Amino acid sequence: MRIALFVTCLCDTLYPQTGKAVVALLERLGHRVDFPRAQTCCGQMHFNTGYRPEALPLVRGFADAFAGYDAVVTPSASCAGMVREHHRTLAVQYGEPELAAAVDRLAPRVHELSEFLVDVLGVTDVGAYFPHRVTYHPTCHSLRMLRTGDRPLRLLRAVRGIELVELPEAESCCGFGGTFALKNAEVSAAMLADKVRQVSASRADVLCAADSSCLLHIGGGLSRLRTGIGTRHLAEILAATEGAER
Amino acid sequence: MTRTAKNEPPGVVWLGTPHFPVAARTAVGDPQLRENLRRATTTIRSRRLAAVGELDDWEDLRTAGAAVKRAALRHLDTHLLRLEESVERAGGTVHWAADAAEANRIVTELVRATGEREVVKVKSMATQEIGLNEALSAAGITAYETDLAELIVQLADDRPSHILVPAIHKNRTEIRELFTTTMGQWGRPAPENLTADPAALAEAARLHLRERFLRARVAVSGANFACADTGTVVVVESEGNGRMCLTLPETLITVMGIEKVLPTFADLDVFLQLLPRSATGERMNPYTSMWTGTHDGDGPRDFHLVLLDNGRTATLRDTVGRQALACIRCSACLNVCPVYERTGGHAYGSPYPGPIGAVLTPQLAGIEHAPSLPFASTLCGACYDACPVKIDIPEVLLHLRARAVESKRGPLPSPEALVMKAAATTLASPRALAWAQRAAALGGRVLARRGVLRRLPGPLARWSASRDTAAPPRETFRAWWRRTHRRPGQ
Repeated sequence: MRIALFVTCLCDTLYPQTGKAVVALLERLGHRVDFPRAQTCCGQMHFNTGYRPEALPLVRGFADAFAGYDAVVTPSASCAGMVREHHRTLAVQYGEPELAAAVDRLAPRVHELSEFLVDVLGVTDVGAYFPHRVTYHPTCHSLRMLRTGDRPLRLLRAVRGIELVELPEAESCCGFGGTFALKNAEVSAAMLADKVRQVSASRADVLCAADSSCLLHIGGGLSRLRTGIGTRHLAEILAATEGAER
Repeated sequence: MTRTAKNEPPGVVWLGTPHFPVAARTAVGDPQLRENLRRATTTIRSRRLAAVGELDDWEDLRTAGAAVKRAALRHLDTHLLRLEESVERAGGTVHWAADAAEANRIVTELVRATGEREVVKVKSMATQEIGLNEALSAAGITAYETDLAELIVQLADDRPSHILVPAIHKNRTEIRELFTTTMGQWGRPAPENLTADPAALAEAARLHLRERFLRARVAVSGANFACADTGTVVVVESEGNGRMCLTLPETLITVMGIEKVLPTFADLDVFLQLLPRSATGERMNPYTSMWTGTHDGDGPRDFHLVLLDNGRTATLRDTVGRQALACIRCSACLNVCPVYERTGGHAYGSPYPGPIGAVLTPQLAGIEHAPSLPFASTLCGACYDACPVKIDIPEVLLHLRARAVESKRGPLPSPEALVMKAAATTLASPRALAWAQRAAALGGRVLARRGVLRRLPGPLARWSASRDTAAPPRETFRAWWRRTHRRPGQ
């Protein structure tokens, strides 16, 4: 199986450790991972902000960069959702049947990390060790767009040493929403405040999620209020094998 | 009917509020309002989940409801003509109103013809939409709202902030205060020593309204459904005020959006299950009133049905946006919306707040009158999951965002458009992206203190107002890969 990592522009730029964790994890499970260097961004920011013509070249770039792989793995539910749900919309809207066909071939092979591990590789115990008290925030797009269900939690429950604690009102949106956080900064901050309150109430030391964008937002709030609660992408916990590495 | 010109007034009552982000600021900073909204939406949410969880076939019901509504909209013209025929055959009169002004004119003339100066009203979204109360008032006719929450809103000279619970933004203590100070100016005053006990408040409203029901000779209502085959019109409510208004007066005028028509009476089967469970979390609503034309000695002797377009035909033309017309006004999407829960309804600037308002108002009024509404969402998708007729609200929001952006494109691009263009150019090439990453990392490290960015420049200040950001790492993933994986052809 030829596996490509779609690292996402956000992880590439701000959270390289998340991408490295995906590579380490998959290699530990016996797979080779490629990083097609032509990749950039799925176009979600442009599409979700209404700039569709600007998003179209990114759809083309994605289809070109990942053509020929059996599986594309990404540590982001919302980027996987963008590719699977909206790339086709754009190709069709701008009358590009060849691109639409390429999207149709590629999109079903694009997997969010927990989907790939559980559904494609058929593993839930990935041999990780993470001795910390962790709470998990299911991001909106993993929950309601990709419907990843309890896959991330099944993976986390199999981690050795972990103490998983429940996050109250876990399924409420954290308030990030991409450019929503800038366009509606006050409402976004109000939602963030409630999420931070619930994360604190969970008494966890680490907040885990499967999307770096939501972690950027919630982690930013946790840090601003000096809660002392850290954030870890799901990939980083699953890749961890020893002690508390920061 | 098309609405494109900026100077053309919107057909939806526009409260003159600023754009959503600005309007929301007041609400977000009001602790009492936040508390009222949080309590109310949390309660209704859990009640709805319980009511929906009782049914094994809830998903099938949703699918059926969605299918009936979409089929009805596809042949709307046929169903409407059939409805007109059925209503007139049963003794009613049908009027067609292209927009708010025409609907208001029709209703005003109908009331004038009765010689009355007062009407009682059943809670109705369509009449809120067209600003009927204001239009009647300008003609010297007083409209009395009889739904408890609408009465509260009217006494407070306020605006409704929720489709189903218009006074959701007020708590019991505020209502007690309001009843004590204002009821006497409108009719029977509140009893002395009124407490904030819900039963006492309801009794005060009951006594106040009873006089009005018995005196009224003209009623104005909306409609939840109308069946084309029989001409039966349906109003679903909880308090019995609707039943009073629909049966006691001599003249009944119903204003109904054209999208409310159902092909057959049998279609009610699905919707009378979907609506109460989604709206109030009840298995069945307390009062369902149905009437077919007029009957001697039973109910109103004159029945007028005003069919309102007001932007609906234009909405129907949009193949993505038209699904919003399937809405049955249950408010489930408001109650689950994390944005609505923090802002309440007034920030949406129209009688239709929340997620459904964010997709309906810009379409009915014209996107140029409400360009910020499609952006008043994080696209979390809770609304789509809750919608009993499966309106894919996130899909419509995205579609309308694109329309809003396109409608603003001109020879001079906005600052946002410039940023988006620059980002697209950078992201179009891995090399350009790598350069931009290096620049960002350098800038980030200059601004960072102990590895954390506390204040960011320009529009990003809105981000850093509430959040810290870790300084960009020295090495991006791309650079790390390049350094550690020197394989050809990658």
